[in-house]
Amino acid sequence: MTPAPVPTTRFLPTVSALVRKDLLLERRTRETLTAMVLFSLSTFVVFHYALDRSSLDGDLASGVLWVTLLFAAVLAIGRLFVTEAEQGGFDGFLLAPVDRTALFVAKALVLCAFLIVLELILVPAFAVLLLGPGLGQALPELVAVLLLANVGIAVIGTLVGAIGVQTRSRDLIVPLLALPLIIPLLIAGAEATAPLLLDGGAEPLPGRWLAVLALYDGVFGLLAYAVFDFLLED
Amino acid sequence: MFGRGLTALSLFTALTLTTAFALVFFYAPNDADQGFIQKIFYVHVPMAIVALIGFVIGGWYGLKYLRKGDRADDLRSYVAIHLSLILGVGVLITGSIWAKAAWGHWWVWDEPTLVSFLIVFLLFACYQPLRFSIDDHERQARYAAVFAVVGGAFVPLNFMAVRLAESFVHPRLGTTGDSMPGSMRLTFLIAIIGMAALYATLWRYELASKNATFQLRALRRRLGGDEDSLPRRSAAPQVLS
Amino acid sequence: MAEPALRISGLERRFGERWALRGVSLELPAGATLAVFGANGAGKSTLLRILATLLRPHAGTVEVLGRALPREGWAVRGRLGFLGHDPLLYRELTVRENLRFHARLHGIGDARIGEALERVGLGRRADDPVQTLSRGMTQRAAIARATLHEPDLLLLDEPFANLDPAGAEQIAPLLRGPARVLISHDLEAGLAEADHVLALRDGRVALLAPAAGVDAARVREAIAG
Repeated sequence: MTPAPVPTTRFLPTVSALVRKDLLLERRTRETLTAMVLFSLSTFVVFHYALDRSSLDGDLASGVLWVTLLFAAVLAIGRLFVTEAEQGGFDGFLLAPVDRTALFVAKALVLCAFLIVLELILVPAFAVLLLGPGLGQALPELVAVLLLANVGIAVIGTLVGAIGVQTRSRDLIVPLLALPLIIPLLIAGAEATAPLLLDGGAEPLPGRWLAVLALYDGVFGLLAYAVFDFLLED
Repeated sequence: MFGRGLTALSLFTALTLTTAFALVFFYAPNDADQGFIQKIFYVHVPMAIVALIGFVIGGWYGLKYLRKGDRADDLRSYVAIHLSLILGVGVLITGSIWAKAAWGHWWVWDEPTLVSFLIVFLLFACYQPLRFSIDDHERQARYAAVFAVVGGAFVPLNFMAVRLAESFVHPRLGTTGDSMPGSMRLTFLIAIIGMAALYATLWRYELASKNATFQLRALRRRLGGDEDSLPRRSAAPQVLS
Repeated sequence: MAEPALRISGLERRFGERWALRGVSLELPAGATLAVFGANGAGKSTLLRILATLLRPHAGTVEVLGRALPREGWAVRGRLGFLGHDPLLYRELTVRENLRFHARLHGIGDARIGEALERVGLGRRADDPVQTLSRGMTQRAAIARATLHEPDLLLLDEPFANLDPAGAEQIAPLLRGPARVLISHDLEAGLAEADHVLALRDGRVALLAPAAGVDAARVREAIAG
């Protein structure tokens, strides 16, 4: 029965415990990832018919890929805090002698992980279903852009998810808030990947978009980290 | 507390706006390409600038509320964002009119500033629904403040991102300022001052009005006992303490 | 001389415009049990949640285990055990996984988990998902969670609900030892465990006395007013 230790010394173990719990839950239920993947594949089919094209390249390909990713992300964001809200998880966490910002970091990591897994399936599917030119050489650069964007989406998604979960109209608020905030990421991502997907052969990645993504990630990361605590207290 | 100097401010606003109007119609030159309709620029741009500053002010007061917990700051944040949203509708409408007159379409995606503004507007349009969906007053104020802070930070970031992406068809203020003849510059300056004064007046008016309502309600409560005399759900801040 | 478990003075808490607690003051010595009674909506759960550092007091002073809330809440959390209406368990995870998660959050090792499971009688169901357990067993799992880190103060909201009398008797000793705040709708059972009695009515203290001089009838009268 020793007195509780000062929370900050156990930040990483706390984050680790939270992440492992969420990944374990997802592995047990497989709800979120399955929904994300199926929804994205369906979206590709919709695009095929809506655009009446079998093969996309350049700007159009870039746009379709990013929009699909965005919608799948919004799905995941809506689910991110659901177990906490429904099964009293917030209380369980709030009662623990831990730094509360660990929840923010943990949830952002989980969301980022979901997005990465989604992209591992989505990008090949996209290459097969809709993309005209091959991916080959452009792949590393595509991966870099996706990773940077994932971090930004994860940060914003965690923040919006946490705001939304305490409101009455949770399923409405989350997409409404998330979309405008993610649009700049979408713009940067789409502009960055458009030259990579050109029919005539991939062109080099315009570096400034990576800078924009990194800047956005950094600013929002710090901001979200700073305000998250206020969302949990009562 | 909030209504001090309201009369003087209103008079100043009326005066400035009238002057601006006069200047726009009689002093500022007609644009060679776009003709008379270009003068809507003197409404559209000042409105946009003041609205955006208003959003950032809302974020600033949100931050203050989070740090100090003074409900008056929450009220100020709410009023700032609320007024900026109203101005925002004006910005989008006047922008649309200008686009139609100048380029033949009701909306053009080529102007980064207009598109950025739309995105910011869409974000802040969620402010009141968000507030409305949280019942507990204190939590409502806290969450709204977090939102205001995030939104306020979003404004510059968003503009930067969109500007990088689009072509520069929309005349940017910086470059326009260099080539603006003196008469245009003066009119524009007066227009901005007028719009800012209008915002300040409406701001002070709304704060004073809400404060009066709260005090009345508090008095009623004290006279009638501890009864609940509040509307059950509301997006606006309801109390000052 | 051990610090008192609780020292509360003029505690107030509201939700919107409704006052849930008004002018509550009391002191609970170390290791003692406070039974809290009251009608629905009287403020019992609110009081418990404030003591658990889940809610912030709006006025007055609250000291739990010698620490002032909300400022020093972080320092005292690890010494509290909370059992509310929600078991605070993830339904798709097994009992053991839930306890392991809880242990990690509290910075204690897994060593005590097996023993805690045996004590509440869930040794054989430890690796079943919580959603497959009956309500009584879920309650036992929740009790295991609340006591795993050996808290100095237990905050219990109807701990014997969902348990049959035999089960309640098996569990009761586990909850003895530390100081306790115990909410119960069963007046007799609550009084039996209590050292001190608090009855709330509309958020205010209707009765505050040592348990020795109080019987069920007097409590009932205080609650109803």
